[in-house]
Amino acid sequence: MVHRKLIFALFLFLSVPCALADTVETTQKAVTQNNPELEKRVMDLSSHLRCLVCQNQTIADSNAELAIDLRNQVREKMQQGQSDQEILDYMVKRYGEFVLFNPLVKSTTWLLWFGPLLLLILGLGILIFNLRKRRKLMQHAPVLSAEEHTRAASLLSGNDEAHS
Amino acid sequence: MNRFLIPLGIFIVLVVFLWIGLSLNPREIPSPLINKTAPAFELPQLHEPNKTIRPEDLHGKVWLLNIWASWCVTCREEHPLLVELAKKNIVPIYGLNYKDQREEGLALLRESGDPYILSAYDHDGKVGIDWGVYGVPETFVIDKSGLIRHKFIGALTPELIQNKLIPLVKELNGA
Repeated sequence: MVHRKLIFALFLFLSVPCALADTVETTQKAVTQNNPELEKRVMDLSSHLRCLVCQNQTIADSNAELAIDLRNQVREKMQQGQSDQEILDYMVKRYGEFVLFNPLVKSTTWLLWFGPLLLLILGLGILIFNLRKRRKLMQHAPVLSAEEHTRAASLLSGNDEAHS
Repeated sequence: MNRFLIPLGIFIVLVVFLWIGLSLNPREIPSPLINKTAPAFELPQLHEPNKTIRPEDLHGKVWLLNIWASWCVTCREEHPLLVELAKKNIVPIYGLNYKDQREEGLALLRESGDPYILSAYDHDGKVGIDWGVYGVPETFVIDKSGLIRHKFIGALTPELIQNKLIPLVKELNGA
């Protein structure tokens, strides 16, 4: 019993971030089923816009109240004949660049975009450096005389009788 | 020596980054509307559906626009603070009743007091989107020339009102 209460409490706790989104009466407009082409365009563009309530979802994935409203807004603007870029600009003007699911490439986001590549190059550099160092070590390894060779061979094979 | 210093250095850098990351509030997204003209609208008033309200009409004074709804629990927590602030007559507070039912919004104001000079009734949330509203409550500070100067995301607190809001309003009124 206690367990069940705990789990319920945990569930409540976890649902807090989206509580805002869910408490409103659902007013999802009847999706314009008769125009699948427009609907596809709406969903395509929506998948580039972040839902600000459930931030790791796009407004295409999210059914938060705000996401539904924003999708409706996108649909309406498309019906008015606006281009995808115009609609993105509209959203950025109101919600900031954060609303774009793919961050813009600009000086403040260079590290974000190119950081992984930088790490890859760094890793490759270290690998090449180490390989070279190893090869150099190999080249400078002492050359064994014929006698030393036989001794090494016998040592390796386990019978070190010659010198025991 | 390097064998230990380098990993330790990397570890410290990581800790610092994570520390900063944890102390940020991901729900506070800076509004791009700061220092921009407040988006225009013309909405019916909550109390009198036949009359409308427009931000342009408030030109020349510093005012607050508080986004609220009867279904929003945090707004109910914030409400007494607004009522108190309204009594002080420091700044006129206007409300934007966001995605609410008219009756329920009015009922809340009857029960808990009405801090708003007027409330606009934004039933479908379109004006909310225009203002970049993504979670209620939000409070905008608009200056005499109609520019948005600050946006409080989430409920106001006594500290925020005392240390941030009132000084800002005074500054804007002085200018």
